[in-house]
Amino acid sequence: MGAGHHHQLYLPGDSVVHRLPPQCKLLAVFAFAIVVVATPRERFWAFAAYAVLLGAVALVARVPGTYVLRRMAIEVPFVLFAFLIPVIGLGERTTILGMSLSVPGLWAAWNILAKATLGVIASILLAATTEPRVILIGAQRLRLPALLVQIAMFMLRYMDVIVDEMRRMRVARESRGFEARDLRQVPVIARSAGALFIRSYERGERVHLAMLSRGYSGQMPILHDISASVRQWGIALALPAVALAVWGLSW
Amino acid sequence: MGTFVVNSLDVRQLAYAYPDGTQALFGVDLSIARGERVALLGPNGAGKTTLVMHLNGILTAGHGSVTVAGTPVRKDTLKEIRQRVGLVFQDPDDQLFMPTVKDDVAFGPANAGVRGEELDRVVKDALERVGMLEAADRPPHHLSFGQRRRVAVATVLAMAPEILVLDEPSSNLDPAARRELAEILRSLDVTVLMVTHDLPYALELCERSLILSGGVIAADGPTRELLSDAELLAEHRLELPYGFAIPAV
Repeated sequence: MGAGHHHQLYLPGDSVVHRLPPQCKLLAVFAFAIVVVATPRERFWAFAAYAVLLGAVALVARVPGTYVLRRMAIEVPFVLFAFLIPVIGLGERTTILGMSLSVPGLWAAWNILAKATLGVIASILLAATTEPRVILIGAQRLRLPALLVQIAMFMLRYMDVIVDEMRRMRVARESRGFEARDLRQVPVIARSAGALFIRSYERGERVHLAMLSRGYSGQMPILHDISASVRQWGIALALPAVALAVWGLSW
Repeated sequence: MGTFVVNSLDVRQLAYAYPDGTQALFGVDLSIARGERVALLGPNGAGKTTLVMHLNGILTAGHGSVTVAGTPVRKDTLKEIRQRVGLVFQDPDDQLFMPTVKDDVAFGPANAGVRGEELDRVVKDALERVGMLEAADRPPHHLSFGQRRRVAVATVLAMAPEILVLDEPSSNLDPAARRELAEILRSLDVTVLMVTHDLPYALELCERSLILSGGVIAADGPTRELLSDAELLAEHRLELPYGFAIPAV
């Protein structure tokens, strides 16, 4: 919530990466992810090269490794799932540390883990060097569906308002002696969630009225048209371009 | 009065019933001259908000008419009307929906086709008038409630409205923020209709008041006179706060 003036994923800075127009960075990350996903899982050294590439971007953007590591917690559920695959997988088996593991399962786990990790790191670097609202400006610029961009924009704006409302409801519940101990308390929480939904819906209607009052007619006015120079596109696309070269060499 | 003087706002015989059949307005008549600051007083449920929603065409009159600076509120004039009637909503979180203060103030004029340097100038000017220029690049949810309300006023000022309509401007403000807003409103050179049940605030800011009660205008006169009439106030569920006496002129 209201801590600091920046979103928690954003790391204020003034590096080359920070200054790149958002549409260039968005497209670069997207293209990089495609190259990574298209790389056969047996090409270990290609993945190592991709990791080095991201390391170089982090270095240029002055994003510390510890920062990236902490943000990677979001990947944990996928990691757990990936670790399960060799245990429950079928086919040829091998024994590692006294455990019988499936060989195709191990390959699948490695495939998921390597590609997801590279994708997550690339996204973290994008988020760390680009303010969320600026990412949306980039999305607008890349002609992503306007409705989706608007929905994301409102989510960004009202997230804190709704979280705050949720907190007030929790305080109100607990002030009257409510404690969530076990499953029997679920109906109470569910009703709170329902009330929160209704309140948010009503707020949505009021916001819409406020928008209409100021001349909204279905289109968000484009307030920031950040244009990118050829040089900026060049810098941003260097990442997927080098990755593509690595991919080409790996055949 | 000369008929050639165009009022900022004219409401004639306005009646409205909600789709569920509840009649909220029963024939409202009121006129506000250019440059006036008028308070619209009334208890909760008197139809104040319903009336406000008619002023910029969010609700359309069941019967009667609303005219803003000579332009009737109709479907084909909506765009122009919304440019001329600046509505400041009660909850600034409803009004400030853009990622930054600056973008929010720019929203209205940008919808009206203002672009580039002209847009920057309009935004800067509006923020300056409410003393919030230094917050231009901040997200609205990092501002205090009073600051957010001032930005909400700026979002509307940026559209250079004919009339500024404020719904409960003093609600949820601490005493200092309340005074600061009063100073800002007094400094604006624009027609104001202030909907409130904060009677001292009405007395402080508006020479003239209207009492809306039971869906009609029950009284119209100098604020000082209306608030001195204890019987009139009691009849319409209005009360001065404890210990408040109307100060001598």
